[in-house]
Amino acid sequence: MSDVDREVADLKGPAAIPRRNGELVFQRPWEGRAFGMAIALRDSHRFGWGAFRDRLEGEIGAAGPQDDGTRYYERWLAAFEHLLIDEGLISLEELEHRADEYRQGVREEVF
Amino acid sequence: MSHEHPHQHGHAELSDLEARALAVESLLVEKGLITSDAVDRVVYRFEHDIGPMVGAKVVARAWTDTAFKARLLADGTAAIAELGIDSQDLHLEVVENRPGIHNLVVCTLCSCYPWFLLGLPPVWYKSAPYRSRAVIEPRAVLHEFGVDQPDETQIKVWDSSADLRYMVLPERPAGTEGWPEERLAALVSRDAMIGTAVVAISEAVTP
Repeated sequence: MSDVDREVADLKGPAAIPRRNGELVFQRPWEGRAFGMAIALRDSHRFGWGAFRDRLEGEIGAAGPQDDGTRYYERWLAAFEHLLIDEGLISLEELEHRADEYRQGVREEVF
Repeated sequence: MSHEHPHQHGHAELSDLEARALAVESLLVEKGLITSDAVDRVVYRFEHDIGPMVGAKVVARAWTDTAFKARLLADGTAAIAELGIDSQDLHLEVVENRPGIHNLVVCTLCSCYPWFLLGLPPVWYKSAPYRSRAVIEPRAVLHEFGVDQPDETQIKVWDSSADLRYMVLPERPAGTEGWPEERLAALVSRDAMIGTAVVAISEAVTP
């Protein structure tokens, strides 16, 4: 178990990862992909965990107290996108263009 | 959980979030920043290891803090509460492996399990053969898990119930003197806390 695994497991309060009976809960496949991407990129030291955690907490905080946690990975994905853009790993333009391609069915491969 | 690599999605409508997640993953893969396999491995690792990690932390604390260990064996529920672990109104009893005694946990009726320490139970724990054979022939069951105890070692089998859950405190392996808690915790497998494995230093190198 690496240090970052422990940090991820130790996310506190509303930023804590959704669990059921101690196990991770992904309501949709994309949530698992979003989760895995952020950790995989952190594992290759592309950014520090704190930089991601701060953005995640920011997104959850911005969603407000009425947020019931069912949209946790929506916040996670938004935090991850912002981090990637801030770190210059991808640009906002290419992200939006690529997302449009998927929405419109121009691009269809899935992972 | 594994999945096919890139394949045709057909004409199903993608939600905005799906489209965004796919956009991010495809871009990161194209740029060589991640591989889809690495993402798979992360998800697998967390789905399988996060639960047991909580229990491993408790074991490592008991190995390094004799006063805590005494409290853990006397009243498991209260002792794990000290570490901020909520047993969700279930009573925890921790049973200690030591020279001459090996403990094994089962739930003969269903699949009661200390999930607040170990996550969800493995499939075999819930299987009818394990549930019956662990009681009838624990040595044979342990042998199949690769654990062979000498004849003089007593095998104690603990049958969990709806409100009483057991966890095994495995023996600390020799050669770990002076190790910090975190390093010790990394040695402790889920199965060791059920009693179907022992803790060995070599486990540290296999993920």
